[in-house]
Amino acid sequence: MDDLPPSSEAAAHAPAASSHGHAAHDEHGHEHHELGFIRSYIFSTDHKVIGIQYLWGGLFFLYFGFCLMLLMRWQLAFPGQALTWANASAHMGYQWDQIWYHLGVLKVAPTDPVPIPSDPNHPPLLEYIFGKDQMPGGVMTPDFYNTLGAMHGTIMVFFGIVPVAFAAFGNYVMPLQIGTVDMAFPRLNMGSVILFFVSAILMCGSFFVPGGAAKSGWTSYTPLATISDQPQNTVFFGHNFHYMWPMWLTGQSIWIIAMAFNITSSLLSSVNFITTIVQLRAKGMGWMRMPFFCWTQFVTAFLLLLAFPPLEAAALMQLMDRLAGSSLFSPGGLVVGGTPLHSSGGGTPLLWQHLFWFLGHPEVYVLILPGLGIICEVVANNARKPIWGYNQMVYGLLVLGFLSMIVWAHHMYLTGMGTAVSSFFQLTTIIISVPTILILSSLIISLWGGAIRFTSPMLWATAFLPLFGIGGLTGIPLAFNAPDTFLHDSYYIIAHFHYVIAPGTIFALFAGVHYWYPKATGRMMSEFWNKVHFWPTMILMNCVFFPMFLQGMAGMHRRMYDGGATYEILNKNVLHWNVFISEAAWLMGLAQIPFIINFAFSWKYGRKVSDNPWEATTLEWSAPSPPPHGNFIGPVVAYRGPYEYSVPGAPHDFTPQGEPPTTDKPVKITGPHPEEERTIGFPPLT
Amino acid sequence: MEIPYTFTARPDTGLYNGKLGIWLFLASEVMLFGAIFTAYLFMRLGAEDGTWPDHIQNVWLGFANTCILITSSITMVWAWVALKERKFNTYRLALGLTILCGLVFLCIKAVEYDSKFNHLGVMIKEDAIEKYRPELDKMNAYVGEIPSQHVFEVRSEDVKSTDGDTFVFVPDKKPQYLINLAQDKSAAAAETEADKDATITIQKSDVERSGYLLPAYGTYYAIYFLVTGLHALHIIGGVIVMLYFLTIGSRLYKRNPEQLSNRIEVTGIFWHFVDLVWITVFPILYLT
Repeated sequence: MDDLPPSSEAAAHAPAASSHGHAAHDEHGHEHHELGFIRSYIFSTDHKVIGIQYLWGGLFFLYFGFCLMLLMRWQLAFPGQALTWANASAHMGYQWDQIWYHLGVLKVAPTDPVPIPSDPNHPPLLEYIFGKDQMPGGVMTPDFYNTLGAMHGTIMVFFGIVPVAFAAFGNYVMPLQIGTVDMAFPRLNMGSVILFFVSAILMCGSFFVPGGAAKSGWTSYTPLATISDQPQNTVFFGHNFHYMWPMWLTGQSIWIIAMAFNITSSLLSSVNFITTIVQLRAKGMGWMRMPFFCWTQFVTAFLLLLAFPPLEAAALMQLMDRLAGSSLFSPGGLVVGGTPLHSSGGGTPLLWQHLFWFLGHPEVYVLILPGLGIICEVVANNARKPIWGYNQMVYGLLVLGFLSMIVWAHHMYLTGMGTAVSSFFQLTTIIISVPTILILSSLIISLWGGAIRFTSPMLWATAFLPLFGIGGLTGIPLAFNAPDTFLHDSYYIIAHFHYVIAPGTIFALFAGVHYWYPKATGRMMSEFWNKVHFWPTMILMNCVFFPMFLQGMAGMHRRMYDGGATYEILNKNVLHWNVFISEAAWLMGLAQIPFIINFAFSWKYGRKVSDNPWEATTLEWSAPSPPPHGNFIGPVVAYRGPYEYSVPGAPHDFTPQGEPPTTDKPVKITGPHPEEERTIGFPPLT
Repeated sequence: MEIPYTFTARPDTGLYNGKLGIWLFLASEVMLFGAIFTAYLFMRLGAEDGTWPDHIQNVWLGFANTCILITSSITMVWAWVALKERKFNTYRLALGLTILCGLVFLCIKAVEYDSKFNHLGVMIKEDAIEKYRPELDKMNAYVGEIPSQHVFEVRSEDVKSTDGDTFVFVPDKKPQYLINLAQDKSAAAAETEADKDATITIQKSDVERSGYLLPAYGTYYAIYFLVTGLHALHIIGGVIVMLYFLTIGSRLYKRNPEQLSNRIEVTGIFWHFVDLVWITVFPILYLT
């Protein structure tokens, strides 16, 4: 890898030799011609602008999806009560009275507030927004509860986390870290961002079609998804148009079409990412000199590339079942609402589950791997130490990527696949925990003996490590067939995967936002407001998800509209947690406001900082902040590995990858631990 | 700003960006069609007796399409080679032939689709079939049995009328291989005697369900339309791209012929893949 051809500085000249006129014209075009607003900020082909577009879009959808869940939490805490200001303030007053009572200020114990039905002449705000058939009088209908559940999952996974973790950070940071000018296919990149926003608009628009958005869960299991959302009379704002709303525009159909756009967008991105990493690494940027973040993006891109198309195929098949009346996923002899369904039969619902989870499980790793990459960068930078076991982490990551493609059916133990199939997937699921634990342990050991700086990103990273650990370890019982039989579809599952994704990936995203914010804007986000954001979020996150483990182990099912109020055994034991969890979730919604303000205001008014405020080593910090079109000034060469912190004898405690070595001879470093032995300072080219 | 290796190969990988990109795209396409073929296997292995039709396709049309696509792959390579040798007119000829093959393929596909749209299938109830059995046997008509659904299936490519309470049509004849397999050869004799255009009238009250051979009629037809429709979309996409390189895109030849030949190479890789998909589709949907 050390005899790579010159890329960055020679690239401008080499093509010019074969097509002189064209290349020269292009250079002039970029030097002297300012692009208009639309070309520079909306239909831009620059990877940095695209990354920021994805970031703003993704962060918006994260909060939007979160708000859907806040609505659902009302129904779980106070089943059947109207969600009006009067009821909400009554409950708030009750909680304050409780606090005063326990402090001894109030002598009489407060009584439970009596729910106040809303005035039919003055319908509450939510009835106006979502319509009379979704929230009549502010009371959530069961169908609308299902809609919120399905859309929360879909929006959080496909429109929130993947765009931020993969598309935003990947687009912005990865080309800078490997030292190139842009992505390999800039126009494809623009196409992917346009497709993403088209799919987002379709998905959000489906809330407003007659019948409402998809309500069959984010997994869209058939045959429920095939028969749900039948055409009905078109009613908008109380006016009946006497027109049958077409099937292909009902909620579930739009869900499928929007997903097809989303999948295509991810596909274009992943082709682009892999090509960029393989082809455009700067001179000297060998595979094992790549920052771990780029490795995670590389593996994530492969997962998206190979796991998403089967879902696209499945989506087409489900669309056919809905629109053309085929029975690919429905067995014959179905009876719906007392009447037999006229279909040819011959299909199987298990096929949908296989195709869905063939995507669904790698998707879990699509969500978490970029997060691990971000945490790795932040930990190395703030512990001022090289990452412990970089090579093992890379190999572990590759094994993880491979194994994640062959564990999908552990979501389907209860479908009766048979013991042989279950045993196979049980085995692979257990094996996959090995590389995961290897990576997490390496990150924790990297902190050992470091001179840790508790900067804003580091706060999030240190919270990530144990909380992600909880999420990972609670997954091990679920990997086994026998305990899964009991825990499947309970709140235990909800707690488990939210511990992986919410305090896991989303904390990593916050770390990443704080870490690369100075690179993207040239300004720093406020550390004080970060602490105001961090501590409540960290504490409330645990208040929300930890009680769910208890509820789940007590047997509370995850899809109950009334939160389990009809079950005596749950009422006695774990149901009181529902109110606690809901209140913690609503407070957490408020706790995000400091971040929103901090993020938006620092863009313009944050403290100005130098190009390398964190004293980091990777290549993106040797570009100006914010990097101009074309990223780097002057040639980019990677002379050493990505995490050369605290090198003995070096002038600073960090030695950037792009800094030319002072000596021609390689320097052998022997640390206190044998694993820190390495040789650095090779001249990359001979 | 110039992105490196857009048309020169990176020495350590030996690829230019576009070539790697198209191979990655094809990897995802393999997964897309792979999922559908897996669904086909699932459906076929799980199909109940009599629900999976055989010999329903016109093999000769499918065979013609296979030959056309293979020919078009050859002309595609010819176009690329012509560009490499800087023979612009040969390139235009070869690419034009490729486009022509693609269009002929689509036309034949349209004819096949049309025949499915007008091909009626009727499921006669078990207790009513004896009424029609002598007449059907006399016509040497094909009668399939679906024991699990207690129905008998009769199909017709020549429908006279479906109005009112009856279906009137000329039923499909028994395929030759069934006659060959039959123990008593009286069927063969019946065939010679049978009036080729004799119609049969079936009461709608005796029919469990009926329909043209569309996706709703059975999972085989659903898979057939899904996979051939998706394949046809790929053909249409390829033809559009090639039309672009035949007309506006070919201006690049004057500026940078090497880059144009790279683009044609990438298009060709895609086209060969589409060809390969058809070579898989043909045996599993036509020859079984």
